[in-house]
Amino acid sequence: MKFVSEFRDPKAAKGLLASIHRRSRTPARLMEFCGGHTVAICRNGVRQALPDTIDMVSGPGCPVCVTATADLDKAIAMAQIPDVIIATFGDMMRVPGSQTSLERARASGADIRVVYSPLDALAIAQANPDRQVVFLGVGFETTAPAIAASILTADEKEIRNYSVLSLHKLCPPVIRALLEAGDVRLSGLICPGHVSAVIGSRPWAFIASEFGIPCVVTGFELLDVLHGIDRLTAQVEAGEAKVEIAYGRGVKRDGNPAAMRLMEQVFEPAPAEWRGIGTLPESGLRIRSDYQRFDAECLFEIDPGVPHDQTDCICGDILRGTQTPLDCKSFGTACTPETPIGPCMVSSEGSCSAYYLYGDGNHA
Amino acid sequence: MGTMPEEILMAHGDGGKLARDLVAKAFVEVLANPILERLDDSAVVELNGRTAFTTDSYVVTPIFFPGGDIGKLAVCGTVNDLATSGARPLYLSLSLIIEEGLPREDLDRVIASVREAADEAGVVVVTGDTKVVDRGSADKLYINTAGIGEIPEGVNIAGDAARPGDLVLLSGSLGDHGIAVMSQREGIAFSTRLTSDCAPLNRMVSKMLEASPRIHCLRDPTRGGLATTLNEIAHQSRVRILIEEMSIPVKEEVASACEMLGLDPLYMANEGKLVAVVPASDVEDVLQAMRRSRYGEEAVIVGEVVLGEPGRVAMRTRLGTTRIVDMLSGAALPRIC
Amino acid sequence: MCLAIPARIERVDGHEAEVSMGGITRAISIQLTPGAKLGDYVIVHAGYAINVLDQQEALETLQLFEQMAKLAEEEA
Repeated sequence: MKFVSEFRDPKAAKGLLASIHRRSRTPARLMEFCGGHTVAICRNGVRQALPDTIDMVSGPGCPVCVTATADLDKAIAMAQIPDVIIATFGDMMRVPGSQTSLERARASGADIRVVYSPLDALAIAQANPDRQVVFLGVGFETTAPAIAASILTADEKEIRNYSVLSLHKLCPPVIRALLEAGDVRLSGLICPGHVSAVIGSRPWAFIASEFGIPCVVTGFELLDVLHGIDRLTAQVEAGEAKVEIAYGRGVKRDGNPAAMRLMEQVFEPAPAEWRGIGTLPESGLRIRSDYQRFDAECLFEIDPGVPHDQTDCICGDILRGTQTPLDCKSFGTACTPETPIGPCMVSSEGSCSAYYLYGDGNHA
Repeated sequence: MGTMPEEILMAHGDGGKLARDLVAKAFVEVLANPILERLDDSAVVELNGRTAFTTDSYVVTPIFFPGGDIGKLAVCGTVNDLATSGARPLYLSLSLIIEEGLPREDLDRVIASVREAADEAGVVVVTGDTKVVDRGSADKLYINTAGIGEIPEGVNIAGDAARPGDLVLLSGSLGDHGIAVMSQREGIAFSTRLTSDCAPLNRMVSKMLEASPRIHCLRDPTRGGLATTLNEIAHQSRVRILIEEMSIPVKEEVASACEMLGLDPLYMANEGKLVAVVPASDVEDVLQAMRRSRYGEEAVIVGEVVLGEPGRVAMRTRLGTTRIVDMLSGAALPRIC
Repeated sequence: MCLAIPARIERVDGHEAEVSMGGITRAISIQLTPGAKLGDYVIVHAGYAINVLDQQEALETLQLFEQMAKLAEEEA
């Protein structure tokens, strides 16, 4: 696979590891913000290969994991409306809401379909003109432009039965909130590669300038991850703090202006509730009033009930990097991928899921 | 006046004239063998020694996919379950639950596949049943097959027989079936030349047992893939299994499709592959026997049974570190088998 | 969720394109990468190209890795 296989070459990986080992002297705690990085790290057994000086901690970059229970309850309530078809990315299906999950709602008769792209949801809408298709818009800036594009396409093609429940969230605000809270002391941040492909590297500047933390925009193949860690280590050892792009083939400093324009055309920043963190201002995306007819929140009246989270779940702490899945007393016992208590165990990018499936780097 | 396209009706399942007609023309004529032709309530056969007996139901959708269909799957799946128990497959039963309205043409195509696969495997369908359910009560066609085979003396294949020092062999690339079926699915359709690997493996198994009657375990990694199968063996045998990432064969298209969909080839279904756990002393002979067989040309060693925490499967990554390979959990692919 | 893979554009038809990746082909939208053309590699996420891959950068990065691999071998 071109531009994939080359970035998995074992010889090159050993070379990068050697560089990291050569450089690293100072104890450093690095956070990989993005769930995709957590999976790449766990799947490749990266933690085990790093020097003891480097400690990796996972962040809240898993859009499924940070979806508030109240929001999931809204989606489930919409699924119960007759004639509504919910179209969703697969990961949301098994996350436990206050009463039930999308998966269980489907088993009870709700029409809920897993799709790979909002284009599939549009196709479902066109094929079912007398039904209402609601797409669950979950994702960061990587995904929001695609959803925006789907709304513009629906507008252009006069598809009147397509709407989006926007649960989109933005990365820089949550990173700021995390750093301001000061619960976790970081030596460096691995910045999300595909979010940056859209928004560029400039939005991360505050991390280096205001908090003195080096950040490296990193890709997702094995060599990309090691390269990112190598560059961070170099900065840590040099006492530097700047934003670097280690994923040059995918990310430009200015990102993808066309994608950002579409995103801004359809969405505007709004307060959003982050599971385990709380409500952060300007951290989510709301559909602009010009496109209200595509906003599921405006189209449907629902009563999702009072939300409540499972009390045994420490997903919130895990998302903020203050605890790891191993610190959770339910991890691997009451909470497993088959019987998940919290979203971090359900999402394919959740820390708990990654630790459970691939091991924690110490017991393999 | 042209002939009307035939569809299966409720009456085809009620035992009356239409039903008997269907059985005669669509099944008995095609599957033709003396036992079936008797159409007695039970097939009567004679067996020698230890007998393996297995059953499986097939609900794959779509029923026709690149490289096969539900009929071929129904024969190969059951034949392979017998083969991996060390048995020589002999007889199958064939039970159909047909959704009202299924085109007769589709049914005929499926039964022709059943015949072709049975012939290749050297088995006969000796008894069967047909039911028809209301439109909407089944998805086109469900099939159940049960199979009987004879286990030769001296052959002792068992899931709990793996021992430290054994090597783990895999007959070929992972995930071909799972991905071939997925490629037809609405919503994730993509074009590929990939076809299902659905195949009867009993002849290869015979050659393997000839090369070494000391093979410890045989399994076909269907739903849940290689990872799940190895976890089952590790658990039953109470051993630790270590596999090598760089040794696992995966076709490029399978790898790409998995990347695109966020899936892992280790968990994808295979319908024409097997895993063998073999004492180190016999590995070369068994490997050669596989490579000389149809369906085993690309057989490789993928790992070994080692000392360590029992019931655990781990993988040595391309980085040289070790990480766990768990059983399939979480969202499995729906109805690919 | 941030799953995105590089794919080569094989055909363009307005906002739509057919891409190939490792032997499989699929239809995607290039609405977000209006400059993408035949032969380009794009990064595909949820059915949309989100950026055009910079092949020169890719090459340079791989060359850098090659040098580091050589260095590691020499040291070993």
